[in-house]
Amino acid sequence: MSDACLSLRNISVFRGERCLLRALDLDVSAGDAIHLIGPNGCGKTSLMRIIAGLTSAETGDVQWLGAPLRTDRDRYAQNLAWLGHNAGLKGDLTLLENLRFDNALRRNRPAAHVMAVLRRFGIESRADVMARGLSAGQRRRAALARVVLSEAFLWLLDEPFTNLDQAGQADVRALIAEHVGNGGAVLFAAHHDVDIPETRVRQLQWQTVDGQ
Amino acid sequence: MGSDPTDDQHSVVIRAVELRPLTVFAVMLGREWRLALRRLTDAINPLFFFAVVATLFPLAISPQRAVLQTIGPGVVWVAALLAALLPLNALFSQDHGDGTLEQYVLAGQSLVALCIAKTVALWLVAGLPLVLVSALIAQSYAMPVEAMPTLALSLSLGSYTLCALGAVAAALTVGVQRASALIALLVLPMMVPVIIFGTRAVVLASGGEPAAGPLYLLAATATLAAVLTPLAIAAALRISLE
Repeated sequence: MSDACLSLRNISVFRGERCLLRALDLDVSAGDAIHLIGPNGCGKTSLMRIIAGLTSAETGDVQWLGAPLRTDRDRYAQNLAWLGHNAGLKGDLTLLENLRFDNALRRNRPAAHVMAVLRRFGIESRADVMARGLSAGQRRRAALARVVLSEAFLWLLDEPFTNLDQAGQADVRALIAEHVGNGGAVLFAAHHDVDIPETRVRQLQWQTVDGQ
Repeated sequence: MGSDPTDDQHSVVIRAVELRPLTVFAVMLGREWRLALRRLTDAINPLFFFAVVATLFPLAISPQRAVLQTIGPGVVWVAALLAALLPLNALFSQDHGDGTLEQYVLAGQSLVALCIAKTVALWLVAGLPLVLVSALIAQSYAMPVEAMPTLALSLSLGSYTLCALGAVAAALTVGVQRASALIALLVLPMMVPVIIFGTRAVVLASGGEPAAGPLYLLAATATLAAVLTPLAIAAALRISLE
């Protein structure tokens, strides 16, 4: 049909009785950067969770390589990096212990590589600090470091810019550009306009449905 | 994986990673163990609860040797199981709260292996110490020394069954506010046969009779729980995240 890896067909998002999104079709291929843009509460996170396979959609389905997600969740998840609202760090483990665990579940790269990724995010000096002692911005950087460590094809980033300073936000933009340039795909949700350097970003803008 | 051409840093491709359930199990077990050591006060709470409850009974009923010997097996068993219920509420709700649960589900590795590791870690932290302390408490109930191995074995099997069933209940109630009472309501009725076989084994052993029969039944229950519950835990976690 097409070279789309991920296809959304006729996806609707409901919150209670309210329809937030109706009959969405979307194709994601290698090299795509897609920006879900809309005001707070419009259903960006709900849609992201459906795409990640955490929630099932009320209608329609999400297909990975032409097959519905539930046929092989693990294969799909292996190619997916998920950045949610919570950083996914254990407060009682150090930053390095946290990321080593994720690395062991994923690509299992040597310890030096994990440190190199931490350095890239400017948090290598915090490697031995308990995660609960990190600032909100540092936690977000750690979560982004996990995304990079996963070396996954598809990145789902829900509000990747929150809690980050100017430099951090620029880093995320550069990161997305680099991943897309390397042949990966990124879907990110943000409620403001984002310019990704040297990358064509497809915007998915929310329009009101159901009169609300 | 070493010869994987995609190891080049600058290409991102769709890949199929082999499942490594044993590695996942070992890594998760190590992580949970480390977390338990860092939160030592949480880990020893059930132990204190067990000791205090078991000490209250002689005070409330009678310190006579004959009475203690009669109620001993039942008190030790019931107190141990109630103590083992205490850490269940936090088992998955903490993972849910800090976002690690989503990462486990989306790790692309065997969620069942992760769930087995969580259950085993729970038993090592909440079940095994109770088994060890039960020997001391049984002493104060004038239980004969010959019954100690039976008590330890039966409590080990029973507490593992409780941890496994409790993990299912904990997984089902992730995201439910104050789920402790609900977990107890779900789990304790299912523990009735285990308590009957467990106390029976200890009573028989205390009287110098063979206790193999109830122990076999306990072992069968524990095996069944150990094999079947991980699938239920994994499924319940996926449902709870919806």
